[in-house]
Amino acid sequence: MSEQKKTSVHEPLFHLAKRTNVNPLRATLIRIAAIVLGLVVCGLVAFLLIEKLNQNPGKIGDFYNCFIKGSFSTERKLWKFLKNMAVLQCISLAVTPAFRMRFWNIGAEGQTLMGVLGAITMAFYFGGKVPEWQLLIMMFIAALIYGAVWAVIPALFKAKWNTNETLFTLMMNYVATYVVSYFLVIWVPSGSSTLGKLKYGKLPPLPFGNQYLLIILIVLVLTVLLYVYLKYTQQGYEISVVGESVRTAQYSGINVQKVIIRTMVVSGLLCGVAGYLIGSGLDQSVTTESVGGQGFTAIIVSWLANFNPIMMIVTSGLISFLNSGAAQISQDFNVSGALPDVIVGIILFFIIGCEFFINYKFVFRKSAGKEAAK
Amino acid sequence: MEKKIALSMRGITKRFGSVVANHNVDLDVYEGEILSILGENGCGKTTLMNMISGIYFPDEGKIYKDNKEVVIRSPKDAFDLRIGMIHQHFKLVDLFTAAENIVLGIDEKGQHNLKAVNSRVSQIAEKYGFHIDPQKKIYDMSVSEKQTVEIIKVLYRGADILILDEPTAVLTPQEIDRLFTVLRRMKEDGKSIIIITHKLHEVLSVSDRVAILRKGEHIATVDTCDATESSLTEMMVGKKVTLDIDRSEPVNVQPRLEVKNLTCIDKEGLHVVKDVSFTANSGEILGIAGIAGSGQRELLEAIAGLQPIASGQIIFTNPKKNKPVTFFHKSMKRVKELAAKDAFHDKEGKPMRLKGMSNGQIKAQVEAGNVLFREDEIMNLRGKTPLEIRSLGVRLSFVPEDRLGMGLVGSMGITDNMMLRSYRKGHAGFVDRKKPRELAEDIIKELEVSTPGVNTPVRRLSGGNVQKVLVGREIAFAPKVLMAAYPVRGLDINSSYTIYNLLNKQKENGVAVIFVGEDLDVLLALCDRIMVINSGAVTGIVDARSATKEEIGLMMTQTDTAAKEAAQ
Repeated sequence: MSEQKKTSVHEPLFHLAKRTNVNPLRATLIRIAAIVLGLVVCGLVAFLLIEKLNQNPGKIGDFYNCFIKGSFSTERKLWKFLKNMAVLQCISLAVTPAFRMRFWNIGAEGQTLMGVLGAITMAFYFGGKVPEWQLLIMMFIAALIYGAVWAVIPALFKAKWNTNETLFTLMMNYVATYVVSYFLVIWVPSGSSTLGKLKYGKLPPLPFGNQYLLIILIVLVLTVLLYVYLKYTQQGYEISVVGESVRTAQYSGINVQKVIIRTMVVSGLLCGVAGYLIGSGLDQSVTTESVGGQGFTAIIVSWLANFNPIMMIVTSGLISFLNSGAAQISQDFNVSGALPDVIVGIILFFIIGCEFFINYKFVFRKSAGKEAAK
Repeated sequence: MEKKIALSMRGITKRFGSVVANHNVDLDVYEGEILSILGENGCGKTTLMNMISGIYFPDEGKIYKDNKEVVIRSPKDAFDLRIGMIHQHFKLVDLFTAAENIVLGIDEKGQHNLKAVNSRVSQIAEKYGFHIDPQKKIYDMSVSEKQTVEIIKVLYRGADILILDEPTAVLTPQEIDRLFTVLRRMKEDGKSIIIITHKLHEVLSVSDRVAILRKGEHIATVDTCDATESSLTEMMVGKKVTLDIDRSEPVNVQPRLEVKNLTCIDKEGLHVVKDVSFTANSGEILGIAGIAGSGQRELLEAIAGLQPIASGQIIFTNPKKNKPVTFFHKSMKRVKELAAKDAFHDKEGKPMRLKGMSNGQIKAQVEAGNVLFREDEIMNLRGKTPLEIRSLGVRLSFVPEDRLGMGLVGSMGITDNMMLRSYRKGHAGFVDRKKPRELAEDIIKELEVSTPGVNTPVRRLSGGNVQKVLVGREIAFAPKVLMAAYPVRGLDINSSYTIYNLLNKQKENGVAVIFVGEDLDVLLALCDRIMVINSGAVTGIVDARSATKEEIGLMMTQTDTAAKEAAQ
């Protein structure tokens, strides 16, 4: 007996085992638990930080109040939250077809920025010279073309010479930024390189409801369309097959190069729409920061929703909620602008980390379990 | 003389999620014996061995080495206990020599003294009768040589228990004989050898005892001298199955697919298929035998339009004579082209040129069944994509070797996998899931696929069920030519027979079946003719009813030397 105990010491305390059947309910519960846990840790961290930085820290409950206040305290804030969510959702939709094809397009930032540039270029040169409705159409088409061109260049290189799309699309982001800078220098000779709000080319709001309602509805329609496209059309089916295995795609007679290029055009067009919504619907101007990193955030949104456009409404909502809540905290507690990044980072860490616990489980060694039982 | 127990297992259980891979297994291995572990696929043979060699850790149970309880947590622990496993897939560094691979990962003095290593390797080789050049690079080696390196690697580390996972799967009969001789010498040297296999005749010829596993449980261990093929099979599958494959006489044999002087060159510039010519006939099963990687895959892929062809022709004869034209696969344009070539006649046998008719009139004539083919349609498939081949109306089905990497989409359910062939048939760019779903349900019912549902990802199904889904889909396509590459690889006996029966039924329906196989016994029992290929070239086509295994085995290897002579 004593000898057996001796040897059992060698047995590892626990080992990891992959779950073969993931129960969806259980997975959802784990995810919710992760978010709650993330929020608790955030509260503690924020509380400690604020206490250090601020003479008047308040109670820990204030932190959560403030967090919710960021998105829901006033009607204006609610609409702003919905608008932010809609724009983020639109860019997330854009990256999704490529991701389902396992084409790692991390250039949505640049593609959207080019969309903004396309729309604003039209407004800058033709604003006031053509009827407003005509200008709006020109802006929309230009945004689509700019976005699609920016997306199709890496796709062509990938299809023809099998270049690495991740690096390529990433680099295209920087090129887009510099293209925008170039035009700003030309357009604003004063040297400030800041283009003021243009007079023409504003997407008119709906005659009823909030000013952001139209944007939100457009994105909602796009969400449903993309869902249908991916799930029920032949092209959507081809995307899934190519994403799973290029060899299977070839075997079934799919022209893989064509699918890669076509799908990236779809991605680019959606980025163009997002760019148009930002350029014509919101800013009426363009800066190198017009997209503000949402092209990268969109990757997380799409991924967390498992590339499902409908699920993305939840994830883009969650991320937007975190962003506005965190911004509110830094404002109310009068602390550094880096705090929101810390908070969002912590919560994302928990959300992404919980996927590990959904796919794996710990198996503890038997003897430890028995002793615990005694 | 009482034999000493080298290793024993007591109450070993291993679970993967809800699947029980091994349940309460007790097993003893004696010193100086060859023990075969026999069982159908998925019965837990490899899992059990992986627990001895430190790859998995048992959930329950104990392992004793030389009557002392041991805990094996990693392959290193296993090595320290002098247990070595030779895996089915070799784990060698291609760019290193044999000797470098052998000492790789050993932490001892003089590891880098390659001269000493070489001489020690040669010593081991001499002792047991291996043939090996320690300074040869792995990429220059044949499969059998690589296996030798793996075995010596284990012996070099002083293993006295060797586990071989399906060592004969990739070898020719002659190489198998050589391996068995070596194994017997090791046994005489007092080593314990465990062989995992599901080839019964090998079990009977080489081992001293056989342990039979069924569904993760240890059924029995018997002395080989008391066992017969049928008694072992009975224990393996639980009920008696006949080992005979029903082979009918081919009827109405006509050339269907003619491959002429086909040559394919891969990206590295190697001739993977060399001047191959053969004819596949309707109502016949043509077997293709050869060592794995001799160009079988490339040959089939070239026919299916998936592999670039350097030279040669692939002529497909569509049996169309006196059959009405349909628009099923043919566009109006193609019908007109064929009409211009005088390919049609009417019911009375007069030529139909369809000249001066409007599209509407032609359509009406075709739909009334008045337009008949004058001759069989003969087409060259060379340089055509899979889609072009299909739109020509060539019903060519292909069951590729890589089921989940090529034939099916692992993450999709059975319904969506049925659509791989037919998804373009939907309306207005949308997919129609109704018919594929019906087909999926039919296949599940008729081929007894065990799956939780039509939408369960096929990746989660067992190998046999995956293969049934794939073969079922390809047969549902009503092929004229059916190519199947290793369709029973990794399948248990019952599933294998389901597949053989399906192929036989296709043959009886007049399909030209091409069957690439590895088990010569099966090839000889199932096929009508067998084409043997070696290093991409055909070494002969024999009548499967009269050929012998030795004959084929020789043909699988003979050009090797001829080719080398030619190169020099």
